[in-house]
Amino acid sequence: MSVDPINFIAFLGMAIVTYGTRVAGLALAGRLNLSPRAQAAFDAIPPAVLVAVIAPSALATGWAETAAAAITVLAATRLPLLGVVAVGVLAVVGFRAVM
Amino acid sequence: MSTIRDDIRRGLNDIWPAMVAAAPIGLLFGALAAGKGLSPLEVFLMSAMVFAGGAQFAAVELWTTPAPVAALVFSTLLINARHILMGASLAPKLDGFSRWQKLLGLAYMADENWALAEKRARTHRLTPAYWFAMVVPFVSAWLMTSTLGASIGAVLGDPKRLGADFAFTALFIALVAAFWKGRVTFWTVAAAGIASAVTYRLAGPPWHVGAGAVCGLAAAWLAAGSDARLVTEEAKA
Repeated sequence: MSVDPINFIAFLGMAIVTYGTRVAGLALAGRLNLSPRAQAAFDAIPPAVLVAVIAPSALATGWAETAAAAITVLAATRLPLLGVVAVGVLAVVGFRAVM
Repeated sequence: MSTIRDDIRRGLNDIWPAMVAAAPIGLLFGALAAGKGLSPLEVFLMSAMVFAGGAQFAAVELWTTPAPVAALVFSTLLINARHILMGASLAPKLDGFSRWQKLLGLAYMADENWALAEKRARTHRLTPAYWFAMVVPFVSAWLMTSTLGASIGAVLGDPKRLGADFAFTALFIALVAAFWKGRVTFWTVAAAGIASAVTYRLAGPPWHVGAGAVCGLAAAWLAAGSDARLVTEEAKA
């Protein structure tokens, strides 16, 4: 049971920026007036980052992963979170076995 | 005194469904982190210090040894930037809190307890008793389930054998669906996905995260702009 010093530095950096985003609102309250365009770009941050993180695994790894990602997208339109994960994992195991 | 007790009971009542929903996600997070070589103690520390599900999943997906600190911090900042707007909206409703209660309470603001507090604030004054009655069990559950998941994951071994390495991709696709807001999100996702995959091929990690995120935001900006024009043109007609 050990803690790598570089990992700890990473946790610390992640903790500091996250705390910053959580308390920044105290200073900004009532002063933040975003244009609709800026608001749309701000709202787009979570999906943009999530997709940017997984795109190599979904699109640049192999056909099995890309096919499983397509099935997962379909599942995401009708299943809850863990159901989507289960479908995705089963699909990738299946495609890896046949491709 | 009975009002404090009522607020505590109300807070516990409101948070428990979110705790139940988050439990399997905490287990999954811990198991995937263990697959990247993080020890249960390290998983506990990350969950306690960062406490942000989406950012923690993204960090573990990016994790290599030694840890790419700059990429991890940058990705965390981008994913958690939404907290700035959430906090700005919640802050005026915290007038019953002391300065220290605000600084401590907001340290564990997450999507779930933020949304519940906003809902509560529509009909009642937000109190520290209500807020901390939600936050303390919610954070404790995340710490316990993610650490337990790491202990189980360490026993299960190579996550790729079970297809568990793909669980991230599937989870993130599901999370994107939860953030879906129509046409603007479509262009965001298309631009971010293509830019990230191309950058990954040409320049390698971790540049794909920044390139994909910036292109996704630019696409949202452009798509929303044409929407705004459409609305004004319709208003004129």
